[in-house]
Amino acid sequence: MTSPGGVFKRLVRHRGAGAGLAFLGLLCAAAILAPRIAPFDPSGQSLDAGLSGASAAHWLGQDRLGRDILSRLLFGARVSLLVGLGTVSLSIIPGTLIGALSGFFGGRLDAVFMRLCDLLLAFPGLLLAIAVTAMLGPSLSHVIFALSALGWVGYARLIRGQILKVREMEFVQAARSTGATPYRTLARHVLPNALSPLIVEATFGIGRAVVAEAGLSFLGLGIAPPTPSWGSMIAEGRHFLFIAPHLTLAPGIAIMLTVMAINFV
Amino acid sequence: MMRMALARLRQAVPVVLGVATIVFMLIHMVPGDPVDAMLGESAVAADKAELRRELRLDRPLPEQYADYMLGLAHADLGTSFRSREPVAHEILSRFPATLLLACASLAIALLIAVPLGIAAALRPRSWIDLLCGTSAMLGLSMPNFVIGPLLVLLFSIQLGIFPVSGHGGWRHLVLPAVTLGSGMSAILMRMLRSSLLEEAGQDYVRTAIAKGMSATRAIVRHALPNALIPVVTVMGLQFGALLAGSVITETLFSWPGIGRLMVQAIDARDYPLVQGCVLFVALLTVSINLIVDMLYAVLDPRVRHD
Repeated sequence: MTSPGGVFKRLVRHRGAGAGLAFLGLLCAAAILAPRIAPFDPSGQSLDAGLSGASAAHWLGQDRLGRDILSRLLFGARVSLLVGLGTVSLSIIPGTLIGALSGFFGGRLDAVFMRLCDLLLAFPGLLLAIAVTAMLGPSLSHVIFALSALGWVGYARLIRGQILKVREMEFVQAARSTGATPYRTLARHVLPNALSPLIVEATFGIGRAVVAEAGLSFLGLGIAPPTPSWGSMIAEGRHFLFIAPHLTLAPGIAIMLTVMAINFV
Repeated sequence: MMRMALARLRQAVPVVLGVATIVFMLIHMVPGDPVDAMLGESAVAADKAELRRELRLDRPLPEQYADYMLGLAHADLGTSFRSREPVAHEILSRFPATLLLACASLAIALLIAVPLGIAAALRPRSWIDLLCGTSAMLGLSMPNFVIGPLLVLLFSIQLGIFPVSGHGGWRHLVLPAVTLGSGMSAILMRMLRSSLLEEAGQDYVRTAIAKGMSATRAIVRHALPNALIPVVTVMGLQFGALLAGSVITETLFSWPGIGRLMVQAIDARDYPLVQGCVLFVALLTVSINLIVDMLYAVLDPRVRHD
């Protein structure tokens, strides 16, 4: 067993992971505190100041409608993290359940679930999420639903593989031979020992969901305006790339740093 | 070999049917009435009835499904609501542009990944390895919609080398292809490096070096062909992602391919066309994976005997 303190010490020793974790911590704090620390209302317009660059009042400049980019970035972080955490939690529960039942009991159940996984994996990348949000219309809950519709597959396959490994270990046979029911064996002995790789996968899952949400919002399928999202900020900004590149650069760098931080951790 | 190919084909049949079924269900996910969504609430009732009949939405679900599947068997994907053209026709007219972009991206990804992957593997932990690792990290952290505008900013606006967007000569192709290929080149580079390092530790490479071959030559001549096998698999799997990723890249650069067609269809609420595009890209991915599986067997004789 590693104590939480030991994990923390190892993280600090590993500089990349430490920096990544620090950035993510800051990002979470900024997202939670956005209404308090954002210098302006993210939807507050001042048309005469449209597209102006960085200034003492507006550190990252203003967009086409004169909205403060820093404030929009801070509020956009809320959307990103909400989609990231929402998608992972909504995918991990059915994924674990299906993977565990499939791996533990095998047979027909396993065959059916795994064919279903193969089927969903035939849709490459964002395609299914694009199709689903295109039909449902843009909104936060639709994005989370669309991403989870495919998201659970990865967790199910991961847990299934782990269960297949753990199932054959001696302590599981010991539990069985003392008369534990199959469900009890699975829930008390097998599953807890199969969960650890899930943490790593979930971390990457948050990163993937953040990027996917930004991609959907970039296409106009993510979060409905005027709620700021990093993806829709890029989509709006790219029309002014010639005269006001900061509109695109600020959310672009925010996405890049977030994904990098997650990859380092 | 032939038996394996047939077995793989047989495995693909249920996947194809399942993909078609999921795409069929998409239009029934539209909240409320899809006909209202397409024509607007205030449309004339006769128009609505006409469209409902045309989309066969007025019939029982099993009948709609049977019609749809029969249509598919004849490559009939329905009629575009916006242009009144057959969906299959619209998709095929846009397909060459998407295919060109995907192939160019793949070429660029390989052009970057293979030399850098070899260089990094030849001198692990050297400055060049570090440089490759860092740039792979950057490539993986920048989604298409981030790297695309950055490339436009640098190469079109600052340096004026390539056009901002559009479709025409090879100069129009460069930025979209780099945008789409960057992520893949990072993945392939990492893959090639680790697989080369693994092969380089094998006995047959040591034997070659012991017989007097230079280490570089031994790795390039003997280890590389074997190291490329997993790279080909990943490349095939990523090619599907490339086709799907082209939705964003084509939108960014106004590239007239299927991805842009899909986004335009979504904006116009042209649901039959959206369904057609999704189905086409998904089936294309399934076919590519099938081809890669078979290619894998050609490259690696061990697979054939499984």
